Amino acid sequence: MDKFTTHTGVAVPLKRSNVDTDQIIPAVYLKRVTRTGFEDGLFAAWRNDPDFVLNKPEYAEASVLVAGPDFGTGSSREHAVWALQNYGFRAVISSRFADIFRGNSGKAGLLAAQVDEKVVQKIWDHLAEHPGATVTVDLESRTVRAGEGPDAIEDSFDIDDYTRYRLLNGLDDIGITLSNEVDIAAYESNRPAWKPATL
Amino acid sequence: MGKTLSEKVWDEHVVRSAEGEPDLLFIDLHLIHEVTSPQAFDGLRLAGRKVRRPDLTLATEDHNVPTIDWDKPIADPVSKTQVDTLRKNAEEFGVRLHPLGDIEQGIVHVVGPQLGLTQPGMTIVCGDSHTSTHGAFGAIAFGIGTSEVEHVLATQTLMQAKPKTMAVTINGSLPEGVTAKDMVLTLITHTGTGGGQGYIVEYRGQAIEELSMEGRMTVCNMSIEWGAKAGLIAPDQTTFDYIEGKPEAPKGADWDAAVAHWKTLVTDDDAEFDKEIVLDASEMTPFVTWGTNPGQGVPLGGNVPIPAEFEEEQDRVAAENALKYMGLEAGTPMREVHVDTVFVGSCTNGRIEDLRLAAEIIKGHKVADGTRLLVVPGSVRVRLQAQEEGLDKVFIEAGAEWRGAGCSMCLGMNPDQLTPGERSASTSNRNFEGRQGKGGRTHLVSIPVAAATAVRGTLSSPADLVSASATAGKDA
Repeated sequence: MDKFTTHTGVAVPLKRSNVDTDQIIPAVYLKRVTRTGFEDGLFAAWRNDPDFVLNKPEYAEASVLVAGPDFGTGSSREHAVWALQNYGFRAVISSRFADIFRGNSGKAGLLAAQVDEKVVQKIWDHLAEHPGATVTVDLESRTVRAGEGPDAIEDSFDIDDYTRYRLLNGLDDIGITLSNEVDIAAYESNRPAWKPATL
Repeated sequence: MGKTLSEKVWDEHVVRSAEGEPDLLFIDLHLIHEVTSPQAFDGLRLAGRKVRRPDLTLATEDHNVPTIDWDKPIADPVSKTQVDTLRKNAEEFGVRLHPLGDIEQGIVHVVGPQLGLTQPGMTIVCGDSHTSTHGAFGAIAFGIGTSEVEHVLATQTLMQAKPKTMAVTINGSLPEGVTAKDMVLTLITHTGTGGGQGYIVEYRGQAIEELSMEGRMTVCNMSIEWGAKAGLIAPDQTTFDYIEGKPEAPKGADWDAAVAHWKTLVTDDDAEFDKEIVLDASEMTPFVTWGTNPGQGVPLGGNVPIPAEFEEEQDRVAAENALKYMGLEAGTPMREVHVDTVFVGSCTNGRIEDLRLAAEIIKGHKVADGTRLLVVPGSVRVRLQAQEEGLDKVFIEAGAEWRGAGCSMCLGMNPDQLTPGERSASTSNRNFEGRQGKGGRTHLVSIPVAAATAVRGTLSSPADLVSASATAGKDA
């Protein structure tokens, strides 16, 4: 996984709450057996609408999504994270993420930055005034920044320490776990014999 | 201080615990299907890794498989590739697979319990959010993403931060005709879709204890719909009776040892939960959704809500968007909503008890003109059992379509989809925009409401059938 330290990119406002993973990518787009090529399915139901925010030319290069609360609810499909990444997003900002989506983001290297609801509104207001403006998501200092001068926005975001550490260092979870293989083997040797097996 | 049930199960599975790191949990059972596993196996291959415990892994084909012509090659080439990929991976990595056509094939969350692989006190994961279903047995069970699927395949463990604990106590008894599905839909409307976030929930209280295992699975299945990490129910005699004699259940002395342990899996009297919710089952009624998330529901006897009456702006906007998508007028009585398709099935309500109940209500009636009824058993075993009991004939005589096993119209990955604007009453778990097909409009309902709706063509409960036939009788 690539390291994530800080990212500055065009931010796009997605002014909806409860954007579930079926809306991020509908099930019919989940049939690929690779981790790439899911960008076509991203927000598929809305992309046909010329007024949909991603279709506006000022957001063509967007890489930071600023969404309403309860982003990523529903299905566990990691394809939702891949679709966002395949499209070009590096970070999503929201006041609340569904647990599985947040976990998947951390594993796949998409930064899910949880901020106060007021911060989302401030960024939305800023983007309304300056469409196509950039937002910086700084993982080292755990801050989101936008704008300049007296109206500049700078606020902290939440991310758990361990995910932050892994993202900053681009670490592979499986590698870390297998370095504790001896603990796994010890646990296995003590499991009750009546526990079920499939083979 | 004592421990809660979920803390007991969690603590029994900690392989490694270190300050500032998530716990490393051992996984007792890893369930796999065709949609969320191909990239995980690919990752193993690229890194030269094996499946650490194929003996704790089980694969089935469910999400995209057809429910007709399952003996022929899958017509959709992309779905076929995905299924073929699972078969190749299972073969290469030595994983037991129940493919399409196999007698044990079916929805992964129906197959685990019916094989007896789902047992109390286990940790169970699957690349599917409805893995929470297995919590009905007193297991910690939750959905994971594909990166985590790969992690479990390679290590049989998962790194997890310990969630907070919540108790949902449902006192009293459910009134006649009100089911586990109504109970959980009522709960989700009460909490909202994010109310359970960060918690493992224990469902308890008289109404929960009185549920069958099927009913308990329905409740736990929908834990994810209000954002909970997992939902579980303390095992009791109902649980033990369900498991005993199942193919993979412990036998003889192992059974005794297992039950002795399972009986310890209850929340201690002096344990404390981080949060508690209390509801009264005796006040519950048949419950249906009107919107585009499972928290947007009302009693069947109620009306489509008026968005302006929501206090929070966010809820108001969400309601406006939902009504527009759903093509509903604010204030319309739910009972006047016409339904095009009724879907009976899914990991929420596709078990034998569900089909028995649906058949009991439909028997002697016909599916309404202009409405279709799709009955999709959760597994091949459920299908065969239903046929042995003659339920298939009841459905077919009523004019329903009797299908093969799979996830089907719950998520519309196979050809079973709604067309744009088509409205369904569905016993499944999600009414998201486009969930059952692009532009499809979903109302989540219980089995009795689904069956009665199929007969009347508008959202109905079995009580409506009784009063209709009583009136008809008088006229005659």
